[in-house]
Amino acid sequence: MNRGPLPLRYVLTRVGGTLVLLFVLSVAVFALLRIAPGDPARTLLGQRGATPQALAAVRARYHLDSPFAAQYLHWLGGVLHLDLGTSIRTGAPVSATIGGRLALTGQLVGLGLAVALLLGIPGGILTALRRYRATDRAVQTAGLVALSTPAFAGGLVLIYLFSLMLRWFPAYGPGQGGGDRLHHLVLPAVTLALSVTAVLLKLTRAAVIRELAKEHVVFARARGVPERRILVDYVLRGALVPVLTGVGLVVAYLLAGTVLVEQVFALPGLGSLLVESVTYRDVPLVQAEALFIATLVVLAGLVTDLAQPLIDPRLRPARTGKGNAR
Amino acid sequence: MTTSTPTAEPGPGAGTPTASLLDVDGLRIAATAGARHSIVDGVSFAVAPGECVGVVGESGSGKSLAVRAVTGLLPDGVTVTGGTVSLGGQDVLGLGPRARGALRGRRVALLMQDPFTMLHPQLTCGRQIADGLREEEHPRRGRAARAARRAEVVRRLAEVGLPAEIADRYPHELSGGMLQRAATAAALAADPDLLIADEPTTALDSANQAAVLALLGRLRHERAMGLVLITHDLRVAFSSCDRIYVLYAGSVLEHGPAGDVQAAPQHPYTAALLASEPSVFRRKDPLPSIPGSVPPPGSRGAGCPFAVRCAHVAAECRTAPLTLAAPPAGAPGADRRRTACARIGALTALPGAAGEDTGDAGPRQAREERTAGAPHAGPRRSDAALVVEGVGRRFGTGADAGHQALSDVSLTVPAGEITALVGRSGSGKTTLARIAIGLETFDSGTVRSGPVELRAGGRPGPADRRRLAAHTQIVFQDPYASLSPLRTVGATLREALAAARRNGLAVDGDRDQAVLALLDQVGLPAHYADRRPAALSGGERQRVAVARALAARPRLLICDEAVAALDVSVQAQILGLLAELRRSQNFAVLFITHDLAVVRQIADRVAVLSRGRVVEEGTTAEVLDHPRHEETRRLLAAVPEREVAD
Repeated sequence: MNRGPLPLRYVLTRVGGTLVLLFVLSVAVFALLRIAPGDPARTLLGQRGATPQALAAVRARYHLDSPFAAQYLHWLGGVLHLDLGTSIRTGAPVSATIGGRLALTGQLVGLGLAVALLLGIPGGILTALRRYRATDRAVQTAGLVALSTPAFAGGLVLIYLFSLMLRWFPAYGPGQGGGDRLHHLVLPAVTLALSVTAVLLKLTRAAVIRELAKEHVVFARARGVPERRILVDYVLRGALVPVLTGVGLVVAYLLAGTVLVEQVFALPGLGSLLVESVTYRDVPLVQAEALFIATLVVLAGLVTDLAQPLIDPRLRPARTGKGNAR
Repeated sequence: MTTSTPTAEPGPGAGTPTASLLDVDGLRIAATAGARHSIVDGVSFAVAPGECVGVVGESGSGKSLAVRAVTGLLPDGVTVTGGTVSLGGQDVLGLGPRARGALRGRRVALLMQDPFTMLHPQLTCGRQIADGLREEEHPRRGRAARAARRAEVVRRLAEVGLPAEIADRYPHELSGGMLQRAATAAALAADPDLLIADEPTTALDSANQAAVLALLGRLRHERAMGLVLITHDLRVAFSSCDRIYVLYAGSVLEHGPAGDVQAAPQHPYTAALLASEPSVFRRKDPLPSIPGSVPPPGSRGAGCPFAVRCAHVAAECRTAPLTLAAPPAGAPGADRRRTACARIGALTALPGAAGEDTGDAGPRQAREERTAGAPHAGPRRSDAALVVEGVGRRFGTGADAGHQALSDVSLTVPAGEITALVGRSGSGKTTLARIAIGLETFDSGTVRSGPVELRAGGRPGPADRRRLAAHTQIVFQDPYASLSPLRTVGATLREALAAARRNGLAVDGDRDQAVLALLDQVGLPAHYADRRPAALSGGERQRVAVARALAARPRLLICDEAVAALDVSVQAQILGLLAELRRSQNFAVLFITHDLAVVRQIADRVAVLSRGRVVEEGTTAEVLDHPRHEETRRLLAAVPEREVAD
């Protein structure tokens, strides 16, 4: 019965592991408030006047007099109903604040990932096929420059070149509506993708070179399989698992990168929200953002884990010996 | 199958081909990087349709590169620098990469050594066979075409003796023997006129080896296809080829019909190779070996490349240019043979496979009497180096079906004797070896390795592990993987000596002296202490591995296929070394092998393992001369050696 491409047992283990990891993450994020120096109630009150009445109200609202575990369960119950508390700074519900900024950051990360995939993977394949030649060296050098350029520096260079000198793209702001938004997001997305592209490029290049050196590639050539099919069906298929693992890791990197990029391009997304909330010690918002980003990263890992047995039959459990003579 | 060439006339045993399928003339191959050393120096050979040609030689002889050049699939850093290659009358070296690619599969295909790496792990076997089919005959598009291709794949699987369901299997789900069959079907998918098989049976045990050789032979006849068999295993070459080319250091030293070359070699190198091949029928005492190793490219002088290792060398050998000439008229099949030995006329008959018996019977009988006439008929338990009783080991649990690697295995290795453990791959040999040295746990039974009693279900504790290491050491199959590439030989041996001292061995004197003594024991010069494994040949590395094991002065040495990866001449050196060390240090050896000829050569006793059970046990002579169990008879029948009349 364990014969499907995605065996149930494997899925259950991976999903179970992910849930455990999420639980640990949520405890850690919740503990942020308690670990912060000073009275949590005062922290939660922020700049507002800490009158005894206000403090008592906050304590009651957040169950601060209950034991840690009870507080956590209350908080978790809220989280599961998308009730993440209210922002200290604005008093608005945290979930609404995040929701309002989610779209922009989602578009930025999505576009950044697209740029990284579209440049990094074909670039990696190209350099692998032209390895140790001029093309390879040129692309690799460019990749090295991209990798070692911090996002704020790269962003400023791009703004200078493409906004101020060439006037192709706007220098800042989120733009209005579909086409304009896309136009505004090109430079930020490229900035965000720069280093990640270089990582994907190197990873793909190494994976493809490793595959090209495999005996089965020589054997495919030796029996006359057309070169194009060898590249697509044999080499790229073999390189898929390591590249996919890399893409999973890269998503986390992109999310972290939004913090800098949104500052540089004055984009009101999750990244700049995080910076503001940290600056104003807006603990509920910081908690919610940390939990949200961590969850996304963990889920990206789960997706790559689940995709691997689909690609590589060796990662599926063995078929039982007897039941095959049918 | 449809062979498109008009020349497809089967010519089994054709000695002088008229219409050649493959003609290689004066082929030169050199390294492109660095010092541009010449690797192949003007090699010529020819293959007729339907003919099987064997290319033999030690590693480093250039045999694989010389033949692979025909397919245009030389590895990076190596290129053809001269000569011509003509396939079916068409010169192929002048063709562009695309045109040469179009010849592969249809004119010539290549089958390689390792069935586990030759097929893509993520594609089914059926898919990989289908990928090679000729597209004009088996179109890829359309529902009906797909069904037809599927039927063709099933037919191709049947041709190599595999059932239809293998089409849907991935390579990791099949055994080595089945995989090599599937790979053969894939190699033949586009119906080549010529199949080049590069060590196709080296990675297989003897039963599968015989089966794959028989399969290749049958396909060659049925398809009237030329077959080039590249191998370092002389028995494989001589048992299945019509003609043999002997390569050494990039040159052909001798060629001719297989039977004639085997019976009366016309070059000292061929004679020495044949002599160093152990025989399953009788022990050679001593087993002759060729001193030294193949000179690497760039260090070959003028004249005969074999001169430095040749027992018959004369001054002219070092100066006269290498030319192939007909041997003296008296040699069998002289008109169809060529030899590069300048002194062949001056040499009296070189020993061939039949002629090496002079003075052999005496010592052999003496040795066998020594074993048979020992004071105890069966091995005594009290002073045994290793006693295994009723050991079982099962791998995998629960949902997986599980695999019983060993069931109720009992085996005694008497002190000071060499006990061979034989069986095909998967019979449990290596599992038993790993249990004996504490690397693997077992589920039931008892194991006593010298002074140490190992318990079922657990690993030995630190104290037991030390006593075990002082008593038992192991030499693995692959000397390339078992030595750290970063450490010099001296550092490896010093470390082994330090470990031996920690385990309670009293090492007297200076440690550097002890390293030199170890090197001396295994026949390596003192300056090798400063070398790293990369600068050593396979045989030299295996000597270092033996020296490392001997640092602990073990009472039991386990050799897990320790000579399987070596060339015959080097294998003979290592077997001689082991026998000599055993004599001088009187340790016991558990020698794990799938090669019954090696068993005959070195072992006092032999145990046959089949599917995790010991099915037969006795002295070597008893078991090999009068096999009682079916499995032993099967293993003996699979040996590709033909018995030569005494």
